[in-house]
Amino acid sequence: MIGFIIKRFINYAILSAIATLSAYVLASMILNPAARYYGRNPRPSDQTVNAILDGLGVNPNTPVIERLWSWLVNLVTRGSLGDTIHNTSVLSEMAARAGTSLRLLILGTVIAAVVGVILGVWGAVRQYRASDQIISYASFTILAMPSFVIGILLMILATGLNNVLGIQLISFTGEYTPGLDGGWWAQVADRAGHLVLPTIALALVGAAGYSRYQRSAMLDVLSADYIRTARSKGRTRGSALVRHGVRVALIPMSTYFAYSFATILAGAAVIELVFSWHGMGEFLFQAIQQSDINAFTGAILFNAVLVLIAGTLSDIVYAALDPRVRV
Amino acid sequence: MTDNNNHLLEVRDLTVTFPQPSGAVTAVRGVNYHVDKGEFLGIVGESGSGKSVSSLAVMGLLPSSAQITGDILFEGTSLLGRSDAELSRLRGEGISIIFQDPLSALTPVYTVGAQISEALLLHDPKLSRQAAAARAVELLRIVGIPHPERRAQAFPHEFSGGMRQRAMIAIAIANNPRLIIADEPTTALDVTIQAQILEVLQRAKDITGAAVVLITHDLGVVAGNADRIAVMYAGRIVETGTVDQVFHEPTMPYTIGLLRSMPNLATAGHTRLVPLEGRPPSLGNLAPGCPFAPRCPIAVDACRGTEPPLAALNDPQGKDARHSAACLRMDEIAGGQLQRAELFPRPERVAEAERADLTPETVLSVDGLVRHFPLMKGAVFKRQVGTVKAVDGVSLAIRSGQTLGLVGESGCGKTTTIMEILELAKPQAGRITVDGRDVAGMSAKERRALRRDIQVVFQDPMASLDPRLPIQDIIAEPLTVHGVPAGARRAKVAEVLDLVGLDPAMGARYPHEFSGGQRQRVGIARALVTDPKIIVLDEPVSALDVSIQAGVINLLEDLQERLGLSYLFVAHDLAVVRQIADTVAVMYLGRVVESGPAEAVFDDPRHPYTRALLSAVPVPDPSLERGRRRIILDGDLPSPTETTPGCNFRARCPLYKLLDADQQALCRDQDPALRPVAGTSAACHHAASIELVLN
Amino acid sequence: MEVLNELPISEPIEEPVAARPGKKPVSRSRMVLNRLRRMPRFWVGLVGLGLVILWAIFGLIPNAWNFTDLDVYNMGSSPSATHWFGTSDIGEDIYAQTIVGLRKSLIIGLLAGPLASLIAGIIGAFAGYLGGAWDKTIIWFIDLLLVLPSLFLFVLLSPIFKSLSWVALIFLLAAFGWMIMARVIRAQTMSLRERDFIKAARFMGVGTWTIISRHILPNVSSLLIIDATLGVGAAILAETTLSFFGFGIQAPDVSLGTLLSAGQGAAVTRPWLFVFPAAILVWTVLSASLVGDALRDAVDPTSGVNRD
Repeated sequence: MIGFIIKRFINYAILSAIATLSAYVLASMILNPAARYYGRNPRPSDQTVNAILDGLGVNPNTPVIERLWSWLVNLVTRGSLGDTIHNTSVLSEMAARAGTSLRLLILGTVIAAVVGVILGVWGAVRQYRASDQIISYASFTILAMPSFVIGILLMILATGLNNVLGIQLISFTGEYTPGLDGGWWAQVADRAGHLVLPTIALALVGAAGYSRYQRSAMLDVLSADYIRTARSKGRTRGSALVRHGVRVALIPMSTYFAYSFATILAGAAVIELVFSWHGMGEFLFQAIQQSDINAFTGAILFNAVLVLIAGTLSDIVYAALDPRVRV
Repeated sequence: MTDNNNHLLEVRDLTVTFPQPSGAVTAVRGVNYHVDKGEFLGIVGESGSGKSVSSLAVMGLLPSSAQITGDILFEGTSLLGRSDAELSRLRGEGISIIFQDPLSALTPVYTVGAQISEALLLHDPKLSRQAAAARAVELLRIVGIPHPERRAQAFPHEFSGGMRQRAMIAIAIANNPRLIIADEPTTALDVTIQAQILEVLQRAKDITGAAVVLITHDLGVVAGNADRIAVMYAGRIVETGTVDQVFHEPTMPYTIGLLRSMPNLATAGHTRLVPLEGRPPSLGNLAPGCPFAPRCPIAVDACRGTEPPLAALNDPQGKDARHSAACLRMDEIAGGQLQRAELFPRPERVAEAERADLTPETVLSVDGLVRHFPLMKGAVFKRQVGTVKAVDGVSLAIRSGQTLGLVGESGCGKTTTIMEILELAKPQAGRITVDGRDVAGMSAKERRALRRDIQVVFQDPMASLDPRLPIQDIIAEPLTVHGVPAGARRAKVAEVLDLVGLDPAMGARYPHEFSGGQRQRVGIARALVTDPKIIVLDEPVSALDVSIQAGVINLLEDLQERLGLSYLFVAHDLAVVRQIADTVAVMYLGRVVESGPAEAVFDDPRHPYTRALLSAVPVPDPSLERGRRRIILDGDLPSPTETTPGCNFRARCPLYKLLDADQQALCRDQDPALRPVAGTSAACHHAASIELVLN
Repeated sequence: MEVLNELPISEPIEEPVAARPGKKPVSRSRMVLNRLRRMPRFWVGLVGLGLVILWAIFGLIPNAWNFTDLDVYNMGSSPSATHWFGTSDIGEDIYAQTIVGLRKSLIIGLLAGPLASLIAGIIGAFAGYLGGAWDKTIIWFIDLLLVLPSLFLFVLLSPIFKSLSWVALIFLLAAFGWMIMARVIRAQTMSLRERDFIKAARFMGVGTWTIISRHILPNVSSLLIIDATLGVGAAILAETTLSFFGFGIQAPDVSLGTLLSAGQGAAVTRPWLFVFPAAILVWTVLSASLVGDALRDAVDPTSGVNRD
């Protein structure tokens, strides 16, 4: 089992590393950081721009491979991801933003997984009954919406709710109310209020996808021979499904989780932007808009590490659920 | 029927209907039977006869969409209409069931011990977990699993098929049920394992005193064990009686035909098989009248009008009323006006004039063929930890116009052997020669040309035909490889279709429009289209129903005589091999352990494995079966990764145990080579002492 | 499940030829069609998709507002008789804009979805059939593409695509939409490769490309059709998301994404600017995915069977 997990971890680590390095190379070839300076008034001299670009390590006149090498050396020897185009350290920018993104991601994913699994199992057991149809159509509808539409629709609904109640129950702009007075509890409550809508948005997208997948995994299990064996021993249908069915149907779910995680990351980035959160999603999008190679690579590295963690976690769950991979 | 209080289980006029979008299908149509305490009832039928559906109805395990009418009484109380919770209290405690496929019948994520304890704990809430676990180990010991303490901690995937089926039996007998239903319990298993499982089942019956209902398609399996038999056809019981009555005085033409069409180890090879033409009707839209009428040689007009009920036989001696059949003409059959042996005509052999002229020569020879697979281990860094010796020095030779039967249990390497031959590539070691030419040094072009001479027919006719192509394209495919022009291809396809007994006008149809037997004929036609010399037949009839098999075997025999073909016939069914083969090679763990003329190998086997294999095959004849002594082999086929010094059959050998210390030392130290003994060649040091093993 | 084997109907293809003269046995594609016909989901999706396409083609009323027209007298008006979906701040007719945007989104979706499936089919079958080093390399490459959200790559590549015509977006979306299906096709091909009819073809000496094109691709075609249908919705979603953030369709072209982006700011105060285009988008994608899901159920031999 340990061997299996180590093998999968190494696999993910290599994939993440190569993805990050390719992102650096790709960004260096596509983005043109110099344009930003030449657009200034007065137009800076070539030497000045070159010096700035060299300082950032993003001068297009230096071969890509050389820049990649110095970026790597910088990372390994000094633990630095270089500077942003605004001359701040990428790492410190990321440190300030990572918490925001992680809070949304962890809460959203956990809620999505739990709700999705429960709805999927329920739908499969009640196949083609009314409750299954409702869950199915609801998940299809959610899956037919881009995450930004879900976010904005939630905002419209929340505004309506706030208007009806006459108080600002749910806030949805930014991550907290700037300049809020009050104690620690007030701060926590404020942040929680801001967290509600984005989390719901992300959880909805995730839960819809997971419930479809869990439903079909559970349907495969429903007709399995061992369910019949369990019933022949004297279990009722419901108890056989719970004790023998769900446990097995969770196995494919654990691998699906790793594959779906990239979708969750994209959804989270979009939702951050819609709700004007200063998280890693915004960081990544801004980096591209501002042709900031170092910041972009940093953001990709952050995502790659998350994928690495999520992939390894799902493999641990997989190995724990399925005795067949424990060697 | 008499007083129902005496019956443990009574099924009255049971019908089961499955509503389908395309119309309801009645899978069971008015079935009546009963089982008494401690009795052994065999229910025999082909696929689609409704035998499994009726037993699942007894367990209350049919899908909720199934409409069930009639009545099922267990110990005098009705089971129909009871809730799932009520039935759950009975299932496992009063009635238990053993399913066919041990591979999927156990939950993969729980240990075997836990799954047995579960059955105990469900019906005895006072039992402690420790006590249940201890009892589970005890049950595993009863069903003959070695090291039960350790094995209880193992997961199902760590068990072999035979061991899983033993575990299933342990679950079934855990609560000492009064009735055990075994639904095709040995169908997925090898013949020596089947013999073991049947023995365990018999032991379980003796220990618990339970009645047993054994459901099977194999008449041989019930011949030796059952007290009474019920034969099912198209959702009904068409004949029932004691084992002797049904086997010796069958009265329903279907039973007669089924018994006559089965290749039988005792009679095979001497006479041609009698095919039972046609196939069972579809239950979706049954025509009125007797469902067997379209296949019945003695059907009269009345048979097509009304369906005869199951009625007690008018017994002239008035012995007993247990023998019933559902046939309008049963009195004529019982009375002797219609001779049982003449009901189904025995087909003639191919006339002398039509037989091919042959010059006896060796067309295919395999010499010391080796195929080893490296066994890798380690998750991060792979390293070779062993070798799977799938094929370990096999030698075979086939002469023109002859059939070599290659037999052995699953995992013995017979499939790997033929795949190696069919690749026509240089083997890891050894030599393959086709038509006297070594395939090792061939160019790709020569190899492609050689493929004309050696063709293959696979086991499952559905899987071996591309469902997306009409059969004329499927059959012509080998010709396209050799660049035959379209016109010539069409003519050749029509010719081979005719040869295998199909209408050439059917060429434009797709595989799904054919029945199983017809599909296998299409597969044979494809193999014939290049005018090959050799056809490799990989279990060509084992996927077919018994009543269909005989027709395909006869066809293969006819084609061989007419075209002078050579067959390499791979099968696990020894009776089929006995029927068709001229020479036989028996494989065990990648080696040929015995080979020789079919007569000699079957009538006087010299290797203890061959002897055990033959004795494990059930014969569909109760009197013969009761008098036979079975040699039950211990354990499973060992993994081919293990390297045992000396003879690799030693651990399971029934002869080895009877030898004295010196002789045993020889088995331990020296690997026996194939050497001539009596009429055959056997790889056994003590082949001469084989008579020690009673048979 | 053995019960099903006992039921001849569970394999309608087993219908005997002789038993019912005149009535041909049901072929697989007929059976799938029969199943589809009985699925409400299929009809809902098909009718929905049909309506949307018809509306996109014929919905623009001649002589009424064009999508570039500005109605200076009705700027920022709510839905009314003259402007069914209302107008924007500068007086653009949202109804006309929605139709024009829908056309573009539909074209992109209908082309990019099937294109991605085609790539998936070829690469998946190739990897699965050849196996060995080819397979390892392809799978590794697919995993690499799956590690990071494709959205980030789209955004990174957008500077290049902004300079090209919107048609380039179709290829971009297809180029990043094939990976998961390719894995499915590969797995399917690997099991097909072990099937006897492929083995038979190989032992007859049939070449690799012939086997892939003649035997494998037709046998995974149902999967590809399903994927192409579901891919339509996925491509439209990806396009709108990109356009919403300004990385996809560029002015003066209009798509549902750019419309939603324009309406976003006023979504809370003047919802019609956002809700109408959003509803059309959801309607379109939902219809396509209902058809795709119904197809998947119809192709699955065990679906529709009561499984308890």
